[in-house]
Amino acid sequence: MNRWVLIAPILVVGVLIAIFAIGLTLDPSRVPSPLIDKPSPAFELPSLRAPDQLLTERRFAGQVSIVNVWASWCVPCRLEHPLWMEWAETSDVPLYGLNYKDAPRDALAWLARHGDPYQAIASDRAGNVGIDWGVYGVPETFVIDASGRIRYKHIGPLDPTSMKNTFRPIVEQLLQESGA
Amino acid sequence: MSLRALLLAVLMGLSGALIAASDDLNPEQEARYHDLLEELRCLVCQNQNIAESHASLALDLKRQVADMIVAGRSDDEIKTYLQARYGDFVLYRPPFKPRTWLLWLTPFVVLVCALVIAVLMLRRRRPVRTPPESIDREALRRLLDKE
Repeated sequence: MNRWVLIAPILVVGVLIAIFAIGLTLDPSRVPSPLIDKPSPAFELPSLRAPDQLLTERRFAGQVSIVNVWASWCVPCRLEHPLWMEWAETSDVPLYGLNYKDAPRDALAWLARHGDPYQAIASDRAGNVGIDWGVYGVPETFVIDASGRIRYKHIGPLDPTSMKNTFRPIVEQLLQESGA
Repeated sequence: MSLRALLLAVLMGLSGALIAASDDLNPEQEARYHDLLEELRCLVCQNQNIAESHASLALDLKRQVADMIVAGRSDDEIKTYLQARYGDFVLYRPPFKPRTWLLWLTPFVVLVCALVIAVLMLRRRRPVRTPPESIDREALRRLLDKE
């Protein structure tokens, strides 16, 4: 009995330390998306470069694609932008932009200044499509598989390490799955 | 424009934006609107609910909630709508399901454990009721009988 009185508090504290230690390694600002493995939400938005053309989610059908949510007012977007410029040059996987709550003029000026890596850009001025996609902070990047389902979401700017160790391997795995 | 006039203009603009979302609601709808906003977490500033937050996403979501109330959607439908996009995290009262069993049940498990431990300890400590040896029971009874 006396032995247990001594051991029990140490055990309890040990378990708490383990739980808190695991908690410290998690980032509470990254909320897992419930959209993973679901078809990408439908949308119909004007193209940023040609506002009379409409872009829809059907554009993603049949191939692995990437959707990057960005805005000209978003500072971290500039941080990851060189990675997307490199992506456009080195990869066949198409990169699409979702220009979130941005004035088209500002967005175009931003692209003229920093380069335009996107195959096509949908302009979501009101942010309604952003809500449908569960966007809560830009930049966010979605990976969509050949069947049009969202398979991965990266929240926040990509850095060279997360691009190399996480993002690229996921895209490559999806490419293998689709037999491309 | 003086600084004070600028400040006033900014504040009026802000309050306009805040009021606009619930403009078209009747009193009953507005009560629902405010109750819902209290229960929804803002994902940008995570320790605020949507009612308190002035983040641009929170303003958008307020407008969305107001629109859905006007469109006659129920509270549950609105919560499901947001949950499908942002996950359980958006609800301050997460649903009871296998993933959240630990979250909901831990307090009760701890309570039961504490009660069990308390009962065990109290039992062990119950004083043993043996009369003090020094009292002569016979003498006591004689004394009482005399009374």
